[in-house]
Amino acid sequence: MAVAAAERPATAGRLVAALKDAAGAALLALGLAVPILALRIDQDINNQPVLRPRWDDVALAVALVFCARLAWLLLRWARSGTAVAKPRPVSSGAGGYVAARAFAIVGAVLLVLYPLLMLALVGRAGAIKWIDNFGIQILIYVMLGWGLNIVVGLAGLLDLGYVAFYAVGAYSTALLVHNLGFGFWLCLPLAGIFAALWGILLGFPVLRLRGDYLAIVTLAFGEIIRLVLINWVPVTNGYAGISGIPKPTFFGLPFNASDEGFAAVLGIEFSPLHRTMFLFYVILALAFLTNWVTLRLRRLPIGRAWEALREDEIACRSLGINTTSTKLTAFAIGAGFGGFAGSFFAARQGFISPESFTFMESAVVVAIVVLGGMGSQLGVAIAAIAMIGGTEILRELDWLKQVFGPDFEPTQYRMLLFGLAMVILMIWKPRGLIATRHPSIFLRERRAVRADLVKEGHG
Amino acid sequence: MSAGESIVGPILAVEHLTMRFGGLVAIDDLSFTASRGEITALIGPNGAGKTTVFNCATGFYKPSSGRLVLCHGTWPAPEELDTLTQSGRRWAAATGGPVFLLERMPDYEVSARAKVARTFQNIRLFSGMTVLENLIVAQHNPLMTASGWTVLGLFGAPRYKAAEHAAVERARYWLDRIGLADRADDAAGGLPYGDQRRLEIARAMCTEPQLLCLDEPAAGLNPRETSGLTELLLAIRQTHGLSILLIEHDMSLVMEISDHVVVLDYGQKIADGAPEAVRNDPKVIAAYLGVEDEEVEKVEAEIAR
Repeated sequence: MAVAAAERPATAGRLVAALKDAAGAALLALGLAVPILALRIDQDINNQPVLRPRWDDVALAVALVFCARLAWLLLRWARSGTAVAKPRPVSSGAGGYVAARAFAIVGAVLLVLYPLLMLALVGRAGAIKWIDNFGIQILIYVMLGWGLNIVVGLAGLLDLGYVAFYAVGAYSTALLVHNLGFGFWLCLPLAGIFAALWGILLGFPVLRLRGDYLAIVTLAFGEIIRLVLINWVPVTNGYAGISGIPKPTFFGLPFNASDEGFAAVLGIEFSPLHRTMFLFYVILALAFLTNWVTLRLRRLPIGRAWEALREDEIACRSLGINTTSTKLTAFAIGAGFGGFAGSFFAARQGFISPESFTFMESAVVVAIVVLGGMGSQLGVAIAAIAMIGGTEILRELDWLKQVFGPDFEPTQYRMLLFGLAMVILMIWKPRGLIATRHPSIFLRERRAVRADLVKEGHG
Repeated sequence: MSAGESIVGPILAVEHLTMRFGGLVAIDDLSFTASRGEITALIGPNGAGKTTVFNCATGFYKPSSGRLVLCHGTWPAPEELDTLTQSGRRWAAATGGPVFLLERMPDYEVSARAKVARTFQNIRLFSGMTVLENLIVAQHNPLMTASGWTVLGLFGAPRYKAAEHAAVERARYWLDRIGLADRADDAAGGLPYGDQRRLEIARAMCTEPQLLCLDEPAAGLNPRETSGLTELLLAIRQTHGLSILLIEHDMSLVMEISDHVVVLDYGQKIADGAPEAVRNDPKVIAAYLGVEDEEVEKVEAEIAR
């Protein structure tokens, strides 16, 4: 009895504290909602601006924040009362690695079968959209994510201008096609090489920089490339971009309805689906190549040197590792894969302009790498699917219009939803989806390294 | 393991080394030699410039003036040294063996070519990598050559596989030596402090150095760990014919294992000789007690009383 009596005031005190906290949150919401929500300017029939107050919306937002905050506090309170602290697993052991590997293999098989699955599920007409908008779009970002993962995840060099190499790949393909008449398959390796050279070119001046300074200079580099593309009109055609880039051919067979086309030679009925599926498998092969090379490099001295560089640069130098060439190879190889992706992008779109290579693209790729867990190939792939697939899915959510009315456009809330998802993820998993590091070599047993021991790199 | 076991004489000669940071003279015209197969200790009060000497010798700092000569074989004749110095080159294959001018070499080359390994005052392990990986990274250069600068290794060349196997064997040998064989697959950052200190020494040894520079290896160790470290260092010297340059504050450790002690104070050498001689040098006592030379006798008399 005495215990219960003692608990009651404590309970009341906590309830009051929770109410106060929720009220504070509601006040904050009010402060935010008034300038954002309260007044809306519409145009009437005579094109005259009309001020429309929306105080009911403000009240709703504030009430929602109050209730949600209170519910959250009470829920946490209830859980802390009952839950016994669970012992933390010391090490995920070899099991984690086997599970991740199995998951990766299943994922790879699913990706290979994806176009056929879509064909079976939604038929020929619907499949093009799902293979092109979803499959190819996502795979381009998976590849970009994996390419940047070498620079950011392994070598620990924060590169915010990765889109520059994507642009170099795309524009070198377009220019080679137009000026020298090369085909896609010749342009692809050349684009990779050019991008790698630009990677080295960027690498030299930034070798001495670290952390924030490196990030700023790489960001500027990305912008310089974009501005050059806009302003060097005689070569790049400026804002108007370059069009008429031919699509990849199947060993010389174009995907068209002509007599020399892929369908006619194989004696099957022409369908635009053939090309879409072919493009899907091309980017899938490129992405798998990126992954294979990265996984291979991690087990080679250069890959270990990258990771060591991320952990401690000075120790690297004391062990005879030439950090200059190590950083430059990371920049070059990462940029090279970006160039491949850019070349594919140019050939797939048939048209490129500087609009496609804004800072937003770099930010998305960096977000993919960070959300996935720096250095984790599987994590990056999952993050790319979630980020890019999520964007595309929002276009498909027509049923939301029935809930929120016909004016509701889900794509407009894309960035809001992404911001929210990222904040939640960063609270829940601050080091990304897959934060543990799997060692590249082991003596007896492969044990995952805890995320908090792995450094993020200093630049 | 070392070709130099039968060779006697100096391995490193520091000549008129001066290091200025702006107006501050951290090292002032310092000269000493470290003999092959011996443990040379560099001691002195805090801020005397010991770590600066290390940073100059390992290429992390470029000295303001002076010469640092390292030799892998018998010491070169003065004419040979002069020719090398005047040629502007960083090293030369002298008659006795390769000779290196460390002050001209960048830090990674000092380790890779001149075979000088070092540890750090504040441990610098690759904490997110496993113990084994730390030791493999230390063998970067031979592995890089074996992997055909990555190209051959990418396609799984047998030559690289053999080299990697040999690297793991070397790592295993050092893990046994420092007693960490059971923890090879654990993250280096998760090891206890004393184990991290020993791992850093093992990692430096994996670069197959001729000269090992240890910056306060016993800092933060308890007496039992310190005596374990003493045994390890003496054993390494015995079996590998290694020369060691040591910075240490733990005087009992210094007196126990060093063959030769150099004492620095305010960037100048104040004593140089056998541990016994240095211990009784009034200048050294004065430097450590923080009094002027003339007052030493007074202070000593007070202590005796």
